[in-house]
Amino acid sequence: MKYDVDEQGFYGDFGGAFIPEMLHPNIQELKSSYRKILNDDAFKKELSSLLKDYVGRPTPLYFAKRLSEHYGANIYLKREDLCHTGAHKINNTLGQVLLAQRLNKSRIIAETGAGQHGVATATACALKGLECIVYMGAKDIERQAPNVSRMKMLGAEVRPVHSGSKTLKDATNEAIRDWINNQDDTHYIIGSVVGPDPYPDLVTQLQAIISEEIKNQMDGLPTHVVACVGGGSNAIGAFYHFLEDETVDLIGVEAGGLGVKTDKSAATLALGSRGVLHASMSYLMQTSDGQVIEPHSISAGLDYPGIGPLHAHLHDCKRVLYSNVTDQEALDAANRLMQLEGIIPALESSHALAYLEKMTFNSTDKIVINLSGRGDKDMSTYINAAT
Amino acid sequence: MSTLKKVLETKKEGLLNIYCTAGYPQLNDLPTIVNALHDAGVDMVEIGIPYSDPIADGETIQQSNAVALKNGITIDLIFEQLKQCNKNIPKIVMTYFNPVFKYGLEHFCEQCQKVGVDGIIIPDLPLELYQSSYEKMFQKYGLSPIFLITPQTSRERLKFIDELSSTFIYAVSSSSTTGKSTGINEGSTYLSGLKNLGLQHPVLVGFNISTSEDLALVNEHAQGGIIGSAFIKHLRENTSPQEACHTFVKKITSC
Repeated sequence: MKYDVDEQGFYGDFGGAFIPEMLHPNIQELKSSYRKILNDDAFKKELSSLLKDYVGRPTPLYFAKRLSEHYGANIYLKREDLCHTGAHKINNTLGQVLLAQRLNKSRIIAETGAGQHGVATATACALKGLECIVYMGAKDIERQAPNVSRMKMLGAEVRPVHSGSKTLKDATNEAIRDWINNQDDTHYIIGSVVGPDPYPDLVTQLQAIISEEIKNQMDGLPTHVVACVGGGSNAIGAFYHFLEDETVDLIGVEAGGLGVKTDKSAATLALGSRGVLHASMSYLMQTSDGQVIEPHSISAGLDYPGIGPLHAHLHDCKRVLYSNVTDQEALDAANRLMQLEGIIPALESSHALAYLEKMTFNSTDKIVINLSGRGDKDMSTYINAAT
Repeated sequence: MSTLKKVLETKKEGLLNIYCTAGYPQLNDLPTIVNALHDAGVDMVEIGIPYSDPIADGETIQQSNAVALKNGITIDLIFEQLKQCNKNIPKIVMTYFNPVFKYGLEHFCEQCQKVGVDGIIIPDLPLELYQSSYEKMFQKYGLSPIFLITPQTSRERLKFIDELSSTFIYAVSSSSTTGKSTGINEGSTYLSGLKNLGLQHPVLVGFNISTSEDLALVNEHAQGGIIGSAFIKHLRENTSPQEACHTFVKKITSC
């Protein structure tokens, strides 16, 4: 595929493995085996059976009639929110847990922002009887309390991270450090298409099922596919099988926070410059001295100062258009979906929905919005915003 | 010949390399600390350029990085301060790839040469990228790259690292982040095997050396030791950085 990672682990200028020597054996082991394992028949059979009977795939592609009438176009929602655990994250964690078993790793670590990846990891570990430790920023623990409880009930240990901005970036640092210190028995399940090669490709391959299903479920091609982007895993999942269908407009929506003209934003491609964060070359929000800027988004899952290297590449070669919406625009979009369709979306997915306000439509347009997760975890934010 | 090469050639054992974080504990402490370490008998200093996301570092050095950044340290200010480190002691800078990349690698190397920096440690700089893009640049500005090896580094990579090196190789005592409190005893089999790795360049051992016993053990098997977290902790517990340098060196070399 034209946009796949090259032998050196790069997408154009982006990607690579900027890791300290201590991580070299882990990354080498993963790099040399993941493609083979992913393509192994027994692995594929076990994963697809779990995705069907445990996760509930394929998720519906739902024609949102009232939302379509509201905008005067045909709007479809890819219902990743109906996945077991409430978001697309489980597609990746199940695949990686099966991979970890084949690498003989008994201990799983993960980072989480909104807690969706943490819950999905804890779930997959419970299913397979593996030890699970989830690193989570102290600030996120506060604002995503229900997911913290869920992870604990599922048997995971949640370790609060107090460094830096106390959010996703710092939780990721801490998970990487854990992996440096526990190499033999531990597999690190990264939650997005970020991190050192081969993670961006590994997670892309596991999330690509989203666009594979959309393609099967639609009569013809959509005109647009819209997804929110933090690190970018649900977006890559929704875009992947359309990347070479150049007639399909692909739109990634970043978290604008209070707006890209303020200093409270997480819109990496609008505000960032090239650099290395979490061991891959991409765009990131940083000072002129290369210090990573603490981002802001109302949505913990998008509160990340970097973006996956494949997105950086798709941005540079203009295959995907990246835009952003503010916290308030996302909240308004969430309310619209609740009232028009009876669906409470995750705050992350609400960013994709909010982009509809910025589009102009032909009545024949067929727009797929990737509804990456449901809003149960965001109830307190929604309630506070309403009062 | 660089000051670093001279020291490595003239002192064949018991080299002591101390790491400090620029901008820590106070913004302008670097010259005081480097000069005091020289006076206390330290053979070379490793100057940490703070980074917001130091993934190879444990809590102690993470915290010193965070404090230094909060104090307002910048790369340009560090180069200014390095000009005031006027004692004749080899200087190595340690940082991560992103700050250097953003600053501009060539500009960074040029500044290093101007203020007399001898070597650079960038733990997350991939060897292949160094070789293809930066080796000539480093050479042009007289900077030695210093690479890490671990107990898990393969023979093949050891050879590659040895070939890319020009002064010494930094062996980490165990595959971990910096400043684990467990000491280095569990890695002693690895340490005793260092001399048999067939490396052309001398080896200094770092990570997790916190007592004079640790250092003595390292000195049995390598040309010297590198101490970071233990020194940062000592700085934190003392009010005068200058005094702290002297008391620390005395304590750590007491064995």
